[in-house]
Amino acid sequence: MRDNIENMASENDADSKKVATPVRQYDVVVKILENYQYNHEKLIPILHAVQEEYRYLPEAVMMYVANALGISPARVYGVATFYAHFALQPKGKYVVRVCDGTACHVKGSMNMFETIKKVLSLSDKKTTTDDLLFTVETVSCLGACGLAPVMMVNGDVYGQLTENKVKDIIENIRKHEAGVKK
Amino acid sequence: MNETKTIKINGCEYLIENERNVLEIARKAGIDIPTFCYHSELSVYGACRMCLVEIEGRGIVTSCSTPPEKGMVVWTNTREVRNIRKLNLELLLANHERECTTCLKNGTCSLQKLSRTMGIDKIRYKSKVRKEMHDTSSTALIRDPNKCVLCGDCVRACDEIQGIGAIDFAWRGANAKVVPVFNRGLGEIECVDCGQCARVCPTGAIVPKPEIDAVWAMIDDPSVTVVAQVAPAIRVALGEYFSLSAGTITTGKLIAALRNIGFDNVYDTAFTADVTVIEEGSELLKRLSEKKHLPLITSCCPSWVKFAEQYFPELLENLSTCRSPQQMFGSLAHKIMPDKIGKSNDKFKVVSVMPCTAKKAEAARHEFTTENGRDVDAVITTQELGKMIESAGIRFTDLKDEDFDMPFGIASGAGIIFGMSGGVTEAVVRFAAEKIAGSIDTCEVVKNRVTEGITELTVNIGDTSFKSAVVYGLKNARAICKDIVNGSSPYQVIEVMACPGGCINGAGQPVITDFKSVTKRAEGLREIDNKSKISTTLSNSSVAKIYKEYLGNSGSDEAHKLLHTHYRSRKRVRDDAFHLLGSSAPKLSVSICVGTNCCLGGAHELMRDLVAYVNSHALQDIVEVKAAFCFEKCSGKAPMVMINNDIVAGCTFDNIQKRINDIL
Ligand code: SF4
Ligand code: SF4
Ligand code: FES
Ligand code: FES
Repeated sequence: MRDNIENMASENDADSKKVATPVRQYDVVVKILENYQYNHEKLIPILHAVQEEYRYLPEAVMMYVANALGISPARVYGVATFYAHFALQPKGKYVVRVCDGTACHVKGSMNMFETIKKVLSLSDKKTTTDDLLFTVETVSCLGACGLAPVMMVNGDVYGQLTENKVKDIIENIRKHEAGVKK
Repeated sequence: MNETKTIKINGCEYLIENERNVLEIARKAGIDIPTFCYHSELSVYGACRMCLVEIEGRGIVTSCSTPPEKGMVVWTNTREVRNIRKLNLELLLANHERECTTCLKNGTCSLQKLSRTMGIDKIRYKSKVRKEMHDTSSTALIRDPNKCVLCGDCVRACDEIQGIGAIDFAWRGANAKVVPVFNRGLGEIECVDCGQCARVCPTGAIVPKPEIDAVWAMIDDPSVTVVAQVAPAIRVALGEYFSLSAGTITTGKLIAALRNIGFDNVYDTAFTADVTVIEEGSELLKRLSEKKHLPLITSCCPSWVKFAEQYFPELLENLSTCRSPQQMFGSLAHKIMPDKIGKSNDKFKVVSVMPCTAKKAEAARHEFTTENGRDVDAVITTQELGKMIESAGIRFTDLKDEDFDMPFGIASGAGIIFGMSGGVTEAVVRFAAEKIAGSIDTCEVVKNRVTEGITELTVNIGDTSFKSAVVYGLKNARAICKDIVNGSSPYQVIEVMACPGGCINGAGQPVITDFKSVTKRAEGLREIDNKSKISTTLSNSSVAKIYKEYLGNSGSDEAHKLLHTHYRSRKRVRDDAFHLLGSSAPKLSVSICVGTNCCLGGAHELMRDLVAYVNSHALQDIVEVKAAFCFEKCSGKAPMVMINNDIVAGCTFDNIQKRINDIL
């Protein structure tokens, strides 16, 4: 399990190094716009590409895109909010997705979900921790029903969860992060 | 060839002329069909399904989006049609906060009216419970999202008339809303306060921000002298509030009503429109002879001014520096009156009655506040005045005519026509003609511009000739401005009004259902002008008197201080910069503007070069790079860059490199 986290985290670090430089992000946004030739009809794919880069759609970037495409920012916001796929809030470094598919639900996955929220002081409204470390969401069936209840943290699947197991996973990530910081 | 085309409605034949849809023909024939999302000046949306009719062979269709065809047989009042309309209305009502007694739209709400005419006595659907905050951030308007029925009329008005799109649909399904960008307040975004959204909103979801209570408080304080100024457009529209027909001239009753309410003096804003004519006319002649800052663009519409400040900062020097007549009145009155009546400035208040919501925002601008407070202390709309008259128990139609007070009581016909599109141009042309040629015979060309969004005119007066455009709707203005920026505009004078038809169609006027009311109001103003004994500003001796006693010449310091203003470029939406690169304690902070203007001027390329340079020379600890959204200084040459605290216009990479080298 340690290994698992380290892999995950180091992947994440590399990722975040890549992601964290705003210049690169800005440049990417400009490139995306150029690729789509500043065509406002391509707003959806543009926003999609922007989100790939930022993991969400920051307001400043939506403003920028609107300006660049010559459309009103309210329209961009309208499109961004219309599709559930677009996120308007930044997501944490670790995105925890608790499965709410039928099998997992029956096996009590929502208790796991509640536990995680409690441990991280999150609610239905507030889904990301203030330190931007965790975002907690539910998903429908992760396709691992045999292991129910299941959750996924950044691409890694954890099965046969119990409340204690869940707490441990969160705790380990925290410890790991604290170590990385030092 | 000239075969006549007819259509049958409820058993009678009607001629098809150039009506765009079945609804228009029916209404022309005097048959009312309920509508909710239909506005003759906007595109057809066809969403509310209130205007259903039965067409034989086609079934039940929306009449607003069905073009009339020869031989159509239409029934507008079958049992089935009535039932479906009623059902649709119930569905709308289920999602609407039905607190009519406390609603600002009480009495003029279409939902209320339709419910009454359709006999709604219960609502069979479960209401959605939600309680959202009112948006009071704007100085001109209030939004109450709980009243919104998602008809989208406001969205289309803002987009199609003003070309702004400040509000739009967001979210979806049960959560769908009409909101300003990022769900912020109207006062925090690019909204220009024109109120066209409120004018078309059928419910109380967007309404002019009322100032009635503040005005009563002034009136009820016996130590305060309260005067009213009345815009030209009020006198041909207020009657509608009291069921008179559109365009009825009620100047005398209007004055009587204001005195009855308790205003100490009642003055005419058309008087300061005359002053505007002198100031702006002189400005025009000067610019024409110096060939500088042309075209001259009018500045009396505050929505247009804000629009220009946001989108065309490079044209701000073209705007006339004249304050609007409302603000000229405010500064003149506060200057002259307190001494005259022996009161201190804080015991003297100016209230304007305006057809317009943007005038509320204009009066609140800090440029129009002096050490004595605001030049115009409160602004009420025509509708608000109607409400005050009602609540004071005054029977408007029984009032005897009265006259405006002096010294701001006599206006020329030229000042009166300011209230409609083309009026300012015509008034200024009259002024120029009289000044140059001594007569105003040349002015015929300018008349009747209320039904066209853009009208082109050529004016020849003696040796002076110029081309002028009369524009309404900011979408049209945007097109004209783009031409000026490209250098392809042929005009020397441009008049811009945000509202279709000019101030007579402002968002504070009584609710209209048909653009014909606007042309009727224009005819009313024209009639006053025709009957006026003083047709030009220069023959208005009371204006000359004010100049003589208080201002000196047009162009004097005093005139400049009281009658002129300045503009500044503004951000569209309040926002922070993008931090791109560098330490938190840099020696050199470089913010590159990536606002619209500067991007066109090469801001991107500059940014790329700079970032590459900082990276390749490992200067991240020394230099910080930010992409900022507009420094509100776009009138300079793009790109604008802020290096530490200096703004450098037309900044090049060399400029920045030099500053970096200086530090190293
Ligand atoms: S007031 Fe005018 S600019 Fe503002 S949202 Fe309404 S229509 Fe748009
Ligand atoms: S605010 Fe008014 S006009 Fe706009 S969608 Fe809602 S009900 Fe319609
Ligand atoms: S008025 Fe025709 S669909 Fe709304
Ligand atoms: S766009 Fe405003 S300063 Fe650049």
